[in-house]
This record gives sequence, structure tokens and C-alpha cells, in this order.
Amino acid sequence: MDGQVNFTFSNMYVDDLMGDFLKLMLYLSVAVVLLYSRGYMNDRKMETTEYYLLAIYATLGMMVMISANHFLTIYLGLELLSLALYAMVALERDSARATEAAMKYFVLGALASGLLLYGISMIYGATGTLEISSVAQAIYHQAGNRTVLMFGLVFVVAGLAFKLGVVPFHMWIPDVYQGAPAAITLFIASAPKLAAFAMAMRLLVNGLFELAEQWQSMLMFLAVLSIVLGNLAAIAQTNLKRMLGYSGISHMGFMLLGLMSGVVGGDRHFALNAYSSSMFYVISYVLMSMASFGVILLMSRSGFEAESLDDFRGLNKRNSWFAGVMAMVMFSMAGIPFFIGFFAKFSVLQAVVAAGYIWLAVLAVVMSLIGAFYYLRVVKIMFFDEPADSAPITATTDMRVLLSLNGVAIAVLGLMPQTLMSLCAYSLLGSL
Amino acid sequence: MTGIPFLSLAIWVPIVGGLLALATGSDRNASVARFVALFFALAGLAVSIPLYTGFDVSTSAMQFVETYSWIPRFNINYVLGVDGISVLFVLLNSFITVIVVLAGWEVIQEKVAQYMAGFLIMSGLINGIFSALDGVLFYVFFEASLIPLFIIIGVWGGPNRVYAAIKFFLYTLAGSLLMLVALLYLFMESGGSFSILDWHQLKLGMDAQTLLFWAFLASFAVKIPMFPVHTWLPDAHVEAPTGGSIVLAAIGLKLGAYGFLRFSLPIAPDASQAFAPMIITLSLIAVIYIGFVALVQTDMKKLVAYSSISHMGFVTLGFFIFNPLGIEGALVQMISHGFVSGAMFACIGVLYDRMHSRQIADYGGVVNVMPKFAALFMLFSMANSGLPATSGFVGEFMVALGAVQYNFWVGFAAATTLIVGAAYTLWMYKRVVFGAITNHHVSELTDLNNREFVFLAILAVCVLAMGIYPYPVTEVMHASVNDLLKHVSASKL
Repeated sequence: MDGQVNFTFSNMYVDDLMGDFLKLMLYLSVAVVLLYSRGYMNDRKMETTEYYLLAIYATLGMMVMISANHFLTIYLGLELLSLALYAMVALERDSARATEAAMKYFVLGALASGLLLYGISMIYGATGTLEISSVAQAIYHQAGNRTVLMFGLVFVVAGLAFKLGVVPFHMWIPDVYQGAPAAITLFIASAPKLAAFAMAMRLLVNGLFELAEQWQSMLMFLAVLSIVLGNLAAIAQTNLKRMLGYSGISHMGFMLLGLMSGVVGGDRHFALNAYSSSMFYVISYVLMSMASFGVILLMSRSGFEAESLDDFRGLNKRNSWFAGVMAMVMFSMAGIPFFIGFFAKFSVLQAVVAAGYIWLAVLAVVMSLIGAFYYLRVVKIMFFDEPADSAPITATTDMRVLLSLNGVAIAVLGLMPQTLMSLCAYSLLGSL
Repeated sequence: MTGIPFLSLAIWVPIVGGLLALATGSDRNASVARFVALFFALAGLAVSIPLYTGFDVSTSAMQFVETYSWIPRFNINYVLGVDGISVLFVLLNSFITVIVVLAGWEVIQEKVAQYMAGFLIMSGLINGIFSALDGVLFYVFFEASLIPLFIIIGVWGGPNRVYAAIKFFLYTLAGSLLMLVALLYLFMESGGSFSILDWHQLKLGMDAQTLLFWAFLASFAVKIPMFPVHTWLPDAHVEAPTGGSIVLAAIGLKLGAYGFLRFSLPIAPDASQAFAPMIITLSLIAVIYIGFVALVQTDMKKLVAYSSISHMGFVTLGFFIFNPLGIEGALVQMISHGFVSGAMFACIGVLYDRMHSRQIADYGGVVNVMPKFAALFMLFSMANSGLPATSGFVGEFMVALGAVQYNFWVGFAAATTLIVGAAYTLWMYKRVVFGAITNHHVSELTDLNNREFVFLAILAVCVLAMGIYPYPVTEVMHASVNDLLKHVSASKL
């Protein structure tokens, strides 16, 4: 990690600090996810070679996305990830819900890939190259047809929005989150978000930075819709997985707020601050998301899915420690200090205010308030209600230890966010 | 002055104590949890006392300052310090924590460790609010302190506790989120500083000041609470367990008022002057109208809750008439209200533990079976209605005098509280304590036990001492208040 940028495979592939750091985080989250899901998959006779194989291929796909320096490399990585994920969702063959979710995911995912590919071909048409750094150069020199380029940009952003799961390309999220086995939902809700962030950085920042003002206004639109719709829809949910799906939509909207604050009126010196706050946000989100689904897995046992909100009733009376962990995750997602979620929101809002969008910051905090309601409801159910179920929690020791560490990390990183924040900023320095 | 970081100790000793109490786990170790909690509450008080004894009353500068870098990425520092305005609240809070631990001693039988831990952690966080000199540090403590009280109300509260807890949390959060945007705006305007003292010197245009004033008002008005955003308080008070009500009334309400003095007035002085008539009007509505609302309550806790809103109206009134008598009177009123309202809720808690009813109509003739209790309750009721020689009188009198200096009719309207306050408090006292015993449960009541007597007696001593000789309290705040007023009268435009 000496900060040098190396290109390889005829400039199709890049090795830089951002890539290294994101890959490190990716390894970490995939490892945690696989450990969390072991018991759950085993109980359901799904802990098979296919599962691990698919997970590893998905990981490979994400690594390729993170390090891509070519539009086709990105596409390749994305397809590798997506195909593995479609199959993973359908892993529970006998479940009608899971198959339905996989079908939806596949059809919509294929459509999004098509949009992305279409956009890429337009950009190729306008600039005559697909290598990300050459595209940036070509746009800088005003080469090619602006209209075609704009068309390409719109399609690329749409494809990206689908992968991030932001409104109005979010339709697959609630169904897939709810329908897939909890362990697979955990997978989808964690590591791929890091890869999607990397993809956004590669495509929009490394490749199309000259068009920042244009894609920023698109991202603002997506972000506002996601934050509003994600938070409002989450209130109505009774299924925890679905609720976390909607909450994830709003979190990704928040992350986009950081990405859209980088360039203000042609002035680029906010860029590092804004993008690193987004990166910090996405890493924090992955950490919280893993813990929240981790608790769902912990509570599930063979023949029983702990996915309805009611299954968490009175958890404090059954197991205070894990009720505490879940409460920390919920407060953190709601953005209450001293948890990492607060500093994630803080740094993104700071970037938004610095870019002069005070109204947007106000809108975002108002929506966080609405968001706080459904997170609080989970805490309420765990702490204030009487238990409906007194079965002991049967998770293995490694799961318990890891989940505890995950919870503690949310608190400790909330007390001392500096290291992670500066790592994010430092790793982006070379890529801007 | 020594190099011992007393402020950090006042924050972290209770928090560590709370975590240790939490570690005692299940209710089998309940008595261990209680003693751990009492020990750390006393330790927290012990480390707060040097803040007063070592306080230099001749200066308005921050004292006991500690500075460490926290998040250099955003220039956020862990800066603590107290001046004459905040030091007393750190003391009051540490003191009330001891009372609360004692008040919940036998009453709480379920999840004792979590109950005690909640109060200790909250105590540390609140000390953090009063001593933070960095905007983000303040905000972080301010928000985090919501969590323990939310859990306390929701777990150990009354029948409608869930509604009350969520209402409390969301109301307060709504205000403070706007404050967060204000803090970020100030960070940007000041060129990258979160230091509250830097912000005091920052020049701001009238538009910016107006927006900031409203953002801070949203946060602090809810917390105080001011009319018309006060409706969460009666709910929260009624449903909270006794300890929760004591902390909420004695300390929780002071946080918003403190915020006015630390943020609104010095950062946006011109806007504060411009909006003073509005705040004064709202304060007078709180004093008079809410006073009458208190009069008709049938639930004792609700009555005292409304009386708190009315008393806090006096505090905001004192702040926004911009003279030394007003502000000092308001501060004295805040301290006094901390003792008096805490004691009132403790007394109601004593009755509730025995009868499981807060309805005034269920009582009557309590003096016949609980003479010691009746005597102490009498003292606190008198203090609540502002009788001379109790602490309640000093603050109200000073604010009323200040208000008369500002405008005779404002002073006149404010002074009616002495009548209304006496009416609702004493009428309640009469109906609960005097008269014939009509309810046969009342005849079976037992008088205060030693534990209850001790903590009520300590509160009684404080109330009387402050009423008879308030100088040790006013002396401390003098320099800081004068400096604040000088600062507020200098325009920032």
C-alpha cells in the first residue's frame, strides 16, 4: 500500500489504494457473512458446495468490479456477481417465495445489465474508447458527440442505480430481501454495496468526472426519492427483512448524497471530502447491516425463521446481551450517537452543507426522524413487550462471539471514528 | 487548581459505574447492582465537588479546561470546561443521581442492573452536555442521553409507557436534528471550527442569525419545554417511573435552558434581541395558561408536570429580558426547580409505591397515617408555590424584579404565578394530605422508612438552605452572567 497506481492486463485492470482498501473491507465482510450463515444454512440442508462456490464467485466478481479500469471489465465483474447472486437466492429450491424472488431479481437484473451495456456502448460511440482513463481524457478534450455522451451517461446511471437499489430502480429490493433465505439476504445486503460503491467511483468519478455536474443532478434526484420513499415505506412493514430492505434503500440514498456533493459550480476541492464521506458511509452501513441480519440468523433455528417483527418480542427478557446488540444497531442506523451510524450521517451531511445544499440537509434530517420511528419500534418490541416465545437461542459459540464483536465494533468505531474516516480519505487521494 | 481532570471524571465515573452495574447481569445479583450503582453515584458526586470548591468566582473564563484531539478529520475536539453558568448544573446532576439511585432502591425489582445502569450512564452523559465546549461533543452527549431515558420510561413505566417513550424520543430528536444542521452550518461559516467559544466571536449576518436562532429554538424549546411544544412532557412524566420523573424534571428540562445560554444568545445575539418579544409572550403564556391547566389536573404527576412547564416559562422569561437580575434569577430558579420538582416527584413516588394510584381523589387524610411524610411534603409544596425562605421564592422574585425593570406589565403578568402556583400546589396538598380519611387503603399506609426519610430530608435541607442563604449560588454565576450580557448587547452584524 504505497499509494502507487499500477495498471495491468493492457490497462483493463487497476491497482490503487481505493481498490486495496475496499477489497480488504470486502474480504472482511464476506468472511463474516460466511461465518454467520454457516449454522443457518446447515440447519436447512443448504450448506453445500454450491453455496460456497457461488459465494466465492460472487466475491471474485466484486473484486473485478472494484479494480476495473475498463467499462467491459466492470461489466464482466458485475455479471459474475449478479449471476452468482441469482442462483444463491434460488438455492432453497422448494420455497416458492425464494424462487419467485430469484425470478424477479433475474428479470430486473438482466434489464438493468442491458441498460448499463447500452449506456456503455453509447459512451464508446461518443469517445471511441472503453478504457476508463482514456474516456476521461477524451471527454476532457471535448471529443465526440455530447448528445450521445449524455444518453450514455443516463443509461449508465440507471444501471448503477439498479445495482445500488435506489428509487426508482429499487423494486427488486423488498421482494428479494424478504424472499431469499436470511443468510443470502445477509450476503446481498453487505458486500455488494461496497462493490456498487466502487463501481460508482470507477464509472462516474474516474471515467466521467468531466460530466460531474450532470450526473450529480441525477444522483440528487435518486437520493431524494430513495431517502423519502425508503423511510416512509419502511414504517408500514411487519417483516423485519423487508423493513431492513427499505431502510437499506434510504441508506443508499444517503450515500448518494455524499457522491453528489463533490463538485460545486465547477469547484472540485470538495471532492475528496465528499467522496470519502460516502465511502465511510457505505462501510458503516455494511457493518450495521451485517449485525442486523446476524441477529436475525442468530434467532432463527431449524424450521423457524425469525423474520417477523413479532419474533423479537421481549428479546431483552430472553437474552439481554443480544437485545442490547440489536438495539445498538438500530440506534446506529437511526443515526443516534455514540454509534458509527451517527458519524456516517454526520460526515455525509457535512459534505452536503459544505456544497451549499442546506435544504437538502434539512430534508435528510427530517427523513431521518421518520426513520428513527421504525428503528425505535424494533427497540420497543425487544425491550418493552413481553416475550411471545421462550425457546432458547441455539447459535454456535463462534457465531455468538463474532456477532458480539460486530456489535462492539459499531460502538467503538462510534467513539473513535477518526481512523476509519482518515483511511477512507487517504485511500481516495490517489484515485482523484 | 490541580491537574486532576475533574470534568472528565464527572462524566466517565458514572458511565463506567453504569457499565459495571450492567455487568452484574441478572436479578439474582440485584443487591450487588444496587450497591455498585450507589457507590459510583457517590463517587460521581465526590469528583464533582472539587469543581465548586476550586472554582474561581472572579472570572468568566472557562475553568477546568481539558482539550484533546478527538476527530481531527473534521477538527472535532474533546474540549471540556465550565463557567459560572454550567458548573452548578454538573453539581446538581451528580447530586440528583444519588437521590435517584436511592429512590429506586427497593421499588425496582425487575432488571435492576439495567435500571441502575441507565441512570448512571445518563448522569455521565448529562455532565458531558453541561461541560462540552465543542459543538459536536455537545450534540453527541445531548442525543445520546435520550437513549437511557427512552429505555427507562419504556421498560419501567406505567401502562401507557410505550406511547410516552416514543413521543418523548421523537419530539426531542425532531428538535435536535435541526440543531445538527445548524452546527454544520456554523462549522462551514467559521472556516472549519466546531469550538463553541469560536462561534461566540463569529460575525454573522441577520439572515444567518435568524435561521440559526430558529434551528436552536426548535431544539431547545422542545427540551425545556416551551408552550406550545410542551405536550410530550406530561405524558413522559406520568408514565415514567419515579426516578425517571425526578431526573427529567430536575435535570432534563434544564438542558434546553442551558442551550439558550450557551448557543442561542451568544451566537445569534441580534436575532435573540429581535425575537425576544415572541419568546417573552410564549413564556408568559406558559406561566399563566399552563398554571391554570395545572389547576384542573386530577393526576398528581400531571399536575407537577404542568407546574414544571410553568416554572420553566419563568426561566425563559428571565433569559430574554436581558438584564442581570433576569438571567441570574432564571439560573437560580433552574437550580431550585431541580431540587423542588425532584422532591415533589419523589414524594408522589412514595405515595404511589404504597397505593399504586396517582389520582388526587384516591387520597385524603394522609397526614393522619404519615405525619413525617406530610411535614416534608408540605415544605416542598410551599417551595413549589414560591414561599419566601424556600428556594422557590428566590428565583421567582429575582425574575419578577427583572421583568418589572424591563416592562411593568410583563413583570405584573409574571408575578401572578405566585398566586396561581400557590393555588394549584396547595389545593392539591390539601386534598391529598388533609381532611378525613375516605379511602380505607389510606388508613393502612405506613410512614416513611429510613431510606425514604434520608433522601427527602437531604432535599429538604437543600431547599431551605438555598432559600435562606442563596449567596453561594449567585456568587458563582455573577461574572459569567455579566460577561454573557455584555456579549449579547454587542451587535454581531
